[in-house]
Amino acid sequence: MSASLEQDPRDRGGPAQPLLIVDNLRKHFPVRGGLLNRQVATVQAVDDVSFSVRKGETLGIVGESGCGKSTTARLLMRLMEPDAGSVIFDGDPVGDRRGISVSDMRRQMQMVFQDSYTSLNPRMTMAESIAYAPRMHGLGRKEAYDRAEDLLSRVGLNPRQYARRYPHELSGGQRQRVNIARALALEPRLVILDEAVAALDKSVEAQVLNLLTDLKQSLNLTYLFISHDLNVVEYMSDRVMVMYLGRVVEAGPVDAIYRRPRHPYTRALFASKPTLDPDRRTTQMPLTGDPPNPIDPPSGCRFRTRCAFAQPRCSESLPPLAAPFDGDTDASHVVACHIPEAQSAMAVHHG
Amino acid sequence: MADTASTPVLRVEDLTVRFTRRNTDVAAVNGVDFSLKAGETLTILGESGSGKSVSLKALMGLLPAYAGISGKVWLNGQEILGLPAAALAKLRGGAVSMIFQEPMAALDPVYTIGEQIAETIVQHEGCDNRTAMKRALGLLEQVKIPSAERRLKNFPHEMSGGMRQRAMIALALACKPGVLLADEPTTALDVTVQIQILLLLRQLQEELGMAIVFVTHDVGAAAEISDRIAVMYAGRFVETGTTRQVMRQPMHPYTRGLLSSTVHGGMRGRALETIPGSPPNLAELPPGCAFAPRCRYAADACRRDIPVVTTETGAMARCVRAAELMPA
Repeated sequence: MSASLEQDPRDRGGPAQPLLIVDNLRKHFPVRGGLLNRQVATVQAVDDVSFSVRKGETLGIVGESGCGKSTTARLLMRLMEPDAGSVIFDGDPVGDRRGISVSDMRRQMQMVFQDSYTSLNPRMTMAESIAYAPRMHGLGRKEAYDRAEDLLSRVGLNPRQYARRYPHELSGGQRQRVNIARALALEPRLVILDEAVAALDKSVEAQVLNLLTDLKQSLNLTYLFISHDLNVVEYMSDRVMVMYLGRVVEAGPVDAIYRRPRHPYTRALFASKPTLDPDRRTTQMPLTGDPPNPIDPPSGCRFRTRCAFAQPRCSESLPPLAAPFDGDTDASHVVACHIPEAQSAMAVHHG
Repeated sequence: MADTASTPVLRVEDLTVRFTRRNTDVAAVNGVDFSLKAGETLTILGESGSGKSVSLKALMGLLPAYAGISGKVWLNGQEILGLPAAALAKLRGGAVSMIFQEPMAALDPVYTIGEQIAETIVQHEGCDNRTAMKRALGLLEQVKIPSAERRLKNFPHEMSGGMRQRAMIALALACKPGVLLADEPTTALDVTVQIQILLLLRQLQEELGMAIVFVTHDVGAAAEISDRIAVMYAGRFVETGTTRQVMRQPMHPYTRGLLSSTVHGGMRGRALETIPGSPPNLAELPPGCAFAPRCRYAADACRRDIPVVTTETGAMARCVRAAELMPA
């Protein structure tokens, strides 16, 4: 199961080929209402989102509720159909006649959800849940159950003790370990972790984060790590992408994003983080109000309604993702903001 | 700072809550003591199942009838545990009020925000509706709800999460309570909204001088808001002290584990120090220290009685080995 990257027979593009390339992914939901149930508005849940994930890295996606991070994950897994955009998995377009089918893609890309309880079938034992997908994909009963037991011990649960238990007999942290084991049952190359530790207590969260780090190493995994928790994303990620109301506002290496954030939203987000230091408490509100409703968001830059630097041109056109104006960092740090002063404003603190 | 002359507005002594049903006996709260002065914030920090919310609900008389509550609670010198329902109803929303994690569940969906606040004021103070509505408007302005006049006529579902949380705070403050009990009020909020609510609570406390008991599992929120922190585990305060003492010089091994397993900036590339295992089953608590089975410093003495160790600075830890483990 733990072949190194070079030997992995499934590696088609070589180490330089990104494992995942997402190009202009879009999902708009119609809002219906009125007498004739006509479409009255649109939720632009994900709007022209592009990014890539390199082999062996962890890409973190942060943002507040409604920013489209979970919708992005669901679109990648094809749990819902995108309106537009393409996904290329290791060089092969997904769902394209020249590329790979959705089910072949799912064999290599798996997902762990936030709610450990609702993502398990209450009538299946842990071993049955984990063995289910391999059996559906043609593995014999014996082999599938052997693999389930092996995976249980890999995630730190003794199979003799846990294989025959049902979800309600486990704690939240143990259930999430089972969900991770199940996601690994098809030997995927990419695992999407959608708020996978958000519902856990801190002491358990730390255990699961350590487990994820170990598994990534031993199984040569690539992670897409989605979370609202800025500290956890910093801890886990190599690169980070910040989303706001369905669009990417900033992306780059984790150090660049956390040490030299350029987008006014990214800076406000980090400044909102509790300091964990009773002598350096936050005294100023970095932002006022709630994130606006994603139904019919503001024209132009979506952050302009809460931005201290907003100028008329911010409402006129969407700022493209481009290198920061001062060109200070490496080329992979990109920011979607029209205003040079907004990008260089100081007064940032870090926890 | 713990023992100035001013009398506490809230004093709790040996609060115990048990849930007994058929053949299980769940020991949710096992002897909690604290006192709180006007203008002071005590945070009860604990993980799920530690008994922090149950303690608050016991104070407010909000637990179901089969809960066995014992101990003593004084509010402004008056003993309130075991008061008849009518007397308790008068206190709730008056001298003491509570805010919750989920404002949508705490607010009535079929009345406007204004009506709900006004109703509370009329109930407790017996003034007429017009005056009460005027007060409601003032309260919405006080919690910084923009265009308060219009928001007065809003139903809860017409507001965003942060606005609803502010509206619930306004409702709780309607009769100028001396004590505000806050049960995870920032947990469901986005970070940029969470810090706004924490700052608002701090500012309101300064203006109104109320005492706050703030219950949370979030170390960050605790550091932002509290004067003192009580760390709760398996129904007991295992450590109390000023925010600085608890965050900087934690004495109890559980507090240390909790702090070291909380991810914060600059920990990249290091494995997290975790607490092994999971919290105990409250129906089968071990004798002695409930944390001992997960504690790397556990000794035989831990399975017997747990001594309370107090430092000269007023910090307390319930741990046999607190004195020897204490950072110099």
